[in-house]
Amino acid sequence: MALKIVKGSIDRMFDKNLQDLVRGIRNHKEDEAKYISTCIDEIKQELKQDNIAVKSNAVCKLTYLQMLGYDVSWAAFNIVEVMSSSKFTYKRIGYLAASQCFHESTDVIMLTTNQIRKDLSSPNQYDTGVALTGLSCFVTPDLARDLANDIMTLMSHTKPYIRKKAVLIMYKVFLKYPESLRPAFPRMKEKLEDPDPGVQSAAVNVICELARRNPKNYLSLAPLFFKLMTSSTNNWVLIKIIKLFGALTPLEPRLGKKLIEPLTNLIHSTSAMSLLYECVNTVIAVVWLSVLKYLGLLAMSKILKTHPKSVQSHKDLILQCLDDKDESIRLRALDLLYGMVSKKNLMEIVKKLMLHVDKAEGTTYRDELLTKIIDICSQSNYQYITNFEWYISILVELTRLEGTRHGHLIASQMLDVAIRVKAIRAFAVAQMATLLDNAHLLTGNTQHSGICEVLYAAAWICGEFSEHLEDPMATLEAMLRPKVATLPGHIQAVYVQNAAKLFSTVLCGQEGAPADSKVAQETSQLLIDRLPVFVQSDNLEVQERASCILQLVKYIQKLQQKDVEVAEEVTALFAGELNPVAPKAQKKVPVPEGLDLDAWINEPPSGSESEDEGRKTKGKAVFAREESRHTKPRYTEVDEKELAKRREVRKAEQANNPFYIKASPSSQKVRTASSPNRQLVLWMPMSDQYVKLEEERRQKNKADRKKDKKKRREKGRQRRGDSGPESEEDITPAHMVDIVTEEMPENALPINSSLTSRCITDVCDIQGNLHDGSQVVVSVIFENKCDSFIKSMEFNVMDSLNSKLQRPEGAGPHDSLTVPFHLPPGISSEARFIFSVQSIVMPQKLKGTLTFIVKDSSTHEKLDFKLHFTCTSYLITTPCYSDAYAKLLESGDLKGSSLKLEGINQPFHHLLARICFHHHFSVVERIDSCASMYSRSIQGHHVCLLVKTADQTVSIDAKCDEPGLLRNVLDEIKLTFSQC
Amino acid sequence: MLSSLANKLSSKMRFMLLFSRQGKLRLQKWYTATAERDKKKMVRELMQVVLARKPKMCSFLEWRDLKIVYKRYASLYFCCAVEEQDNELITLEVIHRFVELLDKYFGSVCELDIIFNFEKAYFILDEFLMGGEIQDTSKKSVLKAIEQADLLQEEDESPRSVLEEMGLA
Repeated sequence: MALKIVKGSIDRMFDKNLQDLVRGIRNHKEDEAKYISTCIDEIKQELKQDNIAVKSNAVCKLTYLQMLGYDVSWAAFNIVEVMSSSKFTYKRIGYLAASQCFHESTDVIMLTTNQIRKDLSSPNQYDTGVALTGLSCFVTPDLARDLANDIMTLMSHTKPYIRKKAVLIMYKVFLKYPESLRPAFPRMKEKLEDPDPGVQSAAVNVICELARRNPKNYLSLAPLFFKLMTSSTNNWVLIKIIKLFGALTPLEPRLGKKLIEPLTNLIHSTSAMSLLYECVNTVIAVVWLSVLKYLGLLAMSKILKTHPKSVQSHKDLILQCLDDKDESIRLRALDLLYGMVSKKNLMEIVKKLMLHVDKAEGTTYRDELLTKIIDICSQSNYQYITNFEWYISILVELTRLEGTRHGHLIASQMLDVAIRVKAIRAFAVAQMATLLDNAHLLTGNTQHSGICEVLYAAAWICGEFSEHLEDPMATLEAMLRPKVATLPGHIQAVYVQNAAKLFSTVLCGQEGAPADSKVAQETSQLLIDRLPVFVQSDNLEVQERASCILQLVKYIQKLQQKDVEVAEEVTALFAGELNPVAPKAQKKVPVPEGLDLDAWINEPPSGSESEDEGRKTKGKAVFAREESRHTKPRYTEVDEKELAKRREVRKAEQANNPFYIKASPSSQKVRTASSPNRQLVLWMPMSDQYVKLEEERRQKNKADRKKDKKKRREKGRQRRGDSGPESEEDITPAHMVDIVTEEMPENALPINSSLTSRCITDVCDIQGNLHDGSQVVVSVIFENKCDSFIKSMEFNVMDSLNSKLQRPEGAGPHDSLTVPFHLPPGISSEARFIFSVQSIVMPQKLKGTLTFIVKDSSTHEKLDFKLHFTCTSYLITTPCYSDAYAKLLESGDLKGSSLKLEGINQPFHHLLARICFHHHFSVVERIDSCASMYSRSIQGHHVCLLVKTADQTVSIDAKCDEPGLLRNVLDEIKLTFSQC
Repeated sequence: MLSSLANKLSSKMRFMLLFSRQGKLRLQKWYTATAERDKKKMVRELMQVVLARKPKMCSFLEWRDLKIVYKRYASLYFCCAVEEQDNELITLEVIHRFVELLDKYFGSVCELDIIFNFEKAYFILDEFLMGGEIQDTSKKSVLKAIEQADLLQEEDESPRSVLEEMGLA
């Protein structure tokens, strides 16, 4: 016996080990097969020996050969032998070999059950571990049935290492032996809340996989998973959970709504591409079809700018989106259509839109459609219209819309087309005559609807181009019906004036056939009968014109009675054709010789002393003129450079400013009001030195701003209209949440050009409400920057699940709030809005709109903005004593996090002041280059900071009882410092 | 029939392969029971497909009813097959994590390390993935488990000198 052992061991010393085998194979590249077959022979010999070390070595080599593609199934029993070794070294090799070589039809697996059970219950966790790992590869239905109980017990093992593996392998067991699922599931569910993150994530894995196969049985777990999703920071786990929700949502549509916020948060916050991908994937798959549509359309509009062709091919799809229930999707689709029309498809698209107009009876969306149709048709100077008759009939069709407020728009289009397209006039006049004839349909019951504006255009066109009328008399009669007196004044005025024009045309026609002088007199009589109604009008313009024309007609009638031909003279009153002038036409007119447009007509008013001096020295006129000619261009040149420079600076500021809304392509200029160096402090409870510091800063900033103002004023004088006066709040709130100024895009709503398009700005400040942990007050300063009166301002915000605008009782969740004041030009005023906020852990962005009416134009205008609720805005500066602070830290309830800032070269006290000021902290204690700071959230979370500095590096150790909040606050602090 | 259904339903990652640029298989792990013959065929085909791809090409490809995610590290291709609805990016991360683990364990790993210590590479993989699922997301705890197990192995071996083994002591 002993001899046998000795022999085995000695042999072993000369055996090839794995390394030798590998090396050997590498050295026998030419005759690999032959070499390996000798090796296999050797291995067979080795396996015959009793020595387990030799056997294990042989099995290890076999595993390698198996990978190279050699059949080793004949050694299955030997593998089981090695697996059964009591030594971990060999057991490990044995299980590895088994997991690589065994499959369900390997019959020796039957023999392993007891061995595996023994290993599973081994006191050595690594024995159990290898057994579980191996089992995961070759588990058969029989093994699963026999070992299910043992594995289930292991799920509650004291070692997380074992629990984790047991949980994972349970999935395989479920698949092979489904009966085990029911008894094991409660325990599996427990593991979702295992203290060990590894076990937890394993359980999430398994349950998510199970749920994906059969979602409806797992709906009850949704709240638990929802909790995990919002609390977990493990991307691997999150991906699983999101996938799971993807499977659950089709069964429970309400889930989709709930998911919106966490998913968007994740999409915004994660840096992991794979997680982002999964979120987006889920969103695409099921959760949020409408959002996807919206995003898709948005993306298309971006693509449209660069690759219009590729979007145009999706026209039908986009037109389908017009049928969507969701208005924002429809509007998006409309935007897209605007960009994708061509000469070819214009008529088709507009036809589809007209269908929608009919369907959208009585909604504001219909108005939107209407303006869009007009925008689409009229864009780039009617570039895409090939048939103006068609366009006129579209416009006429649009007048059938009751209650639209865009009558004015339609009217201006009619006028524009009729004036500029000569060929169309006959057609247009005929259409307009019908309109006038049916005026009662337009004005019918909606007296004040904007649509009657169309009559203004109709009357003018019929009058001006009356030579095209088929039956001027009938039109004249239509224009003088008594009902006309109920129309708005400015329309009546046009009616009266154009009645006179028509009259002249009618006279011309009638006098052509001299027999009918009586008829001509009757026409005059018609006017004399009907005009007095207008003479009594309370509208000055109408009255004046009517009485003037009435007298004229009376005079004409007198002449007619004397058989004098008057037609020619009457026509002379309205002679001459009105021609359209292109906006750029003025440039084509050459400047007459000798006219110096730059020269002063009068001497400039004596402005400054220097100029006075200049005049005093003006002894020799020749030199003075020379000088002025030289200085002038030089001055503008400098100015241009200066402007460019300033523009650069401004752009840089904007780029660095997180609150700055980047200019959307449609808005041309956006003003920033929160450049970092201009921010000032509202109030801070701080030790004296900081107050002083702030004072200094404020002074400095004031000085800066003065300079700024001065410059700007200069600039304003140079180029009027380029930039209006900027808003000059003396104390800008510390939290510039969002500053919005949008100019109306040139091609959007055609507003009166005399209106400065920059109408309103608002600046807001978000402050938590200390007394109510769920309320946040947003103060918004509105400033009217145009020179018209602004009224009927309405403020609205799209609520999120988390943050909601508080509206008065009875108001719907989407109703807008009326701003309780009007704004005269140049005035600013503040309004406060209260938001209720549930969780303050995450920063939030809310989208909103402000609608208002600019007096004189009577159209509604819209301003979009975003409110950014930073986590900082939920913090409230609260003083804290050092002993209370120490107690707080000792309590151990707070979770820590830290932050490192590099390359900070400002003095430490500046740094502290910054944190105090921007993030609402107060300093508890400061020792040399180390300070402790404190703040409190509106919901009572304590936030403690320990700030240290050493050679330009600042480290902040922070603690808070809400890790999410802390993380976000730290991120915001980081952002603050990255801007300086 | 039943077993093929079970295969369909079973775990996410179907298999992982490591092979060299020359088309030599260095490691294979199958998470679903597959017949030996099929394995060979699939490996051969897949290697051809992957090796034929240019370096700048995308790391994902659809192959049969599977999604193949692969990445080349030096001379080695790491290649995973996952199901259609699985997340390719996370699979790429799994591959990368495995490479990191190998790197930590062997100390700047190279192909030869994996050739000569292929059983170690398997042990690491088994600690990291189990049945195709990620077992532990923490690199540290995976490496710790391996080290502990290795320690156990050495304890097993070290007390017995050659002489002891020969029964001479």
